Amino acid sequence: MNALFQTWPWYISGFLIAMVMLSLNYFGKVFGMSSNLRTLCTMAGADKFADFFKFDWKAQRWNLAVVVGAMIGGFVAVHYMSDPTNVDLNPKTIEQLATMNIDAPNGKLAPQALFGNEIFESPKMILILIIGGILIGFGSRYAGGCTSGHAIAGMSNLQLPSLKAVIGFFIGGLIMAHLILPLIF
Amino acid sequence: MSNYLKYLLVGFVFGIVLTKSEAVSWYRIYEMFQFQSFHMYGIILVAIGVGTIGVQYMKRSGMKNSNGEPIVIADKEPGSFRYWIGGIIFGLGWALVGSCPGPIFILIGAGFWSVTLILLGALLGTFLYGVLKDRLKH
Repeated sequence: MNALFQTWPWYISGFLIAMVMLSLNYFGKVFGMSSNLRTLCTMAGADKFADFFKFDWKAQRWNLAVVVGAMIGGFVAVHYMSDPTNVDLNPKTIEQLATMNIDAPNGKLAPQALFGNEIFESPKMILILIIGGILIGFGSRYAGGCTSGHAIAGMSNLQLPSLKAVIGFFIGGLIMAHLILPLIF
Repeated sequence: MSNYLKYLLVGFVFGIVLTKSEAVSWYRIYEMFQFQSFHMYGIILVAIGVGTIGVQYMKRSGMKNSNGEPIVIADKEPGSFRYWIGGIIFGLGWALVGSCPGPIFILIGAGFWSVTLILLGALLGTFLYGVLKDRLKH
């Protein structure tokens, strides 16, 4: 029982993520989280501004149900299945974070410095989160998918475009983590 | 409604797995990009490995989906530019705020209210792409 509360090992987690994708395939759907962002834009009336948003969003309701389920899953996992041993980082990572004034996890999923409610009082932090979101939303639509659609579903379907996108994800991620983040914090 | 129940359930499992594996954690993404842990690479590689076996089996065995139709998974459009450039832009955001679209929703569900700002940005970014699409090289 205890093992459920601790950090789930990578081989179990990876296996279960594949099962999530395969179940959706079995239901005749394709795994992809970022397309929900397009659906939400259309529901909010974006189809009045660009043809890209003119599609039958109701055919995507199943994916919104996946999103709602995932949100409930996140709630349950954080509120009823967490443990102080969670997010046991490499000590070197913690040292590096300290030099950027980013707090160590101590069981938390996300640093207070970036995600605590105090950030609503910091224009800089608000801007960072919004800009990060813009890059994610714009980039995933430009590339036609995100970590789920390309890295998991596309790669499992042996798609060359997905391999290019995933290499792109890592190039961008490495540039951010090594060159830009130290300048911001 | 019962049609959507199975999707709700799949999403529920997805949300728990991503949270308990800590793939939703900004810390884990940072650690991954610093090459200081195998954890995230292990998750992605096992997911792709098991996924590949499953997808190839489904496609080749002639297995039917739950509606009794053959399982068809559309190929991605061929191309290069959009995948490289879109991918890099996405990666910059992924490493900055430590979450991709799935985790954005999962974290909001878990009560991280600051992540609503990331969602707001992501919707804005999606909207910008839609508006600019025809003027972008693909």
